[in-house]
Amino acid sequence: MLGLVVITALAFDFTNGFHDTGNAMATTIATGALRPRIAVALSGVLNLVGAFLSLAVAATIASGLVDTKLVTLTVVAAGLTGAIVWNLLTWFFGIPSSSSQALIGGVIGAMLAAAGGHAVQWHSLVAKVILPAVLAPVIAVLVAATGTWLLYRISRGLPAGGRNHGFRIGQIGSASMVSLAHGTNDAQKTMGVITLALIANGTLPADATAPFWVILTCALAISLGTYVGGWRVIRTLGKGLVKIEPPQGMAAQSSSAAVILLSASFGYALSTTHVATGSIVGTGLGKKGTDIRWNVAGRTVSAWVLTLPAAGIVGAAAYGLASAIGGSAGVIADLLILVAVSAVIYARSRASKVNHANVNDEWTGLVTPAEPQLKAAA
Amino acid sequence: MSFINLSALWKIVVFGLLAGAGLPALFAAGMLSLSRGPKARTAGADSEVVVGGSLAGTIIAAVCFLVVLAAIGWGIYEVYRIGHPAPAK
Repeated sequence: MLGLVVITALAFDFTNGFHDTGNAMATTIATGALRPRIAVALSGVLNLVGAFLSLAVAATIASGLVDTKLVTLTVVAAGLTGAIVWNLLTWFFGIPSSSSQALIGGVIGAMLAAAGGHAVQWHSLVAKVILPAVLAPVIAVLVAATGTWLLYRISRGLPAGGRNHGFRIGQIGSASMVSLAHGTNDAQKTMGVITLALIANGTLPADATAPFWVILTCALAISLGTYVGGWRVIRTLGKGLVKIEPPQGMAAQSSSAAVILLSASFGYALSTTHVATGSIVGTGLGKKGTDIRWNVAGRTVSAWVLTLPAAGIVGAAAYGLASAIGGSAGVIADLLILVAVSAVIYARSRASKVNHANVNDEWTGLVTPAEPQLKAAA
Repeated sequence: MSFINLSALWKIVVFGLLAGAGLPALFAAGMLSLSRGPKARTAGADSEVVVGGSLAGTIIAAVCFLVVLAAIGWGIYEVYRIGHPAPAK
């Protein structure tokens, strides 16, 4: 049963990776600073490195939000089921929603169904999850708008060709930092959950930190997910929200990297997705005459509000089912349903495929000439 | 039982602005400085020539880029240090 939970957790980590590739690489791909395939590969490798860099966030997830004494393996499995289902649904619609919030929502939903309201540390939930989730995008908007304004002001004497060339190089650097930040942040969350499962199983003492094999497998799962690439979300972030130029891309990514790394060092398990989306909107605000597609932004924010309760409801339902059947069979039933749901979403997604070859298409009507060659290379 | 850690919040905002907006601005300033010089004037507005050829400009640019790199390196080190607290504690 522990094995099943660990596999589910790694599956979540994988969806986390591909859901969030866009956070780091969407703007880089949109401005042509890196080719799509190279961008996701670079991001994958840096996620792997980042996952080993810091373990501060893992501790928050493992011990800060629910009463660890009341957590059972079934709760963890049900919570993960809720998180994965929500991640796949939002990916299908190309919505950049938070994987972290989906995870937290799923676990809390399952916990509520299992043990009731007293098992959740509500104060901690508000102070460490909900408030940062509201504040982080606002800070990101501010930083990115300021950065964008400064960049255009300083570089306005430069010829456009040289300026864009230089900022594309800068973008690669700043996107790398976001990937690294994503690894230090998001890989940690799954490590936290697996650690929680190991504690629930009695394998580890209650105050344990993540063992090495957990760190390694989580790092691998998230970087593999990143490499596969969530092209749908990349499109929304890179093309859907704002039409991005290289200086804006660099400003957005620098802002994301700075806010994520700073918050992580204070132990806030905030959403890299919220920060990245906020930064991209901010970079639109920072340059006069940029069209921000507010309908896309509005849809995204409503998905953010729904994430915690929606993943929570699925998590609670999955717990209800698993505990009605009971024991390992219950968890297996959850997993079978999860696999079935995933297969349906995947099959539907094939009908309207978005991949590395057409990720930059449509929204603007702009077809990048490099893409036919890329298809041949792939 | 306070919900908002105000001291963490203002630190994130201030350092976020410094690192997230200040560093790219410094990078831009470096590029601007690098582009100064005789070559830039002869090249047209569409050219991809970034190096202007002036010595002072190149040196200032190098300093800007080095400060950016150093800041990034220091940032990564800080993340590592905070993420791996000394076991002696």
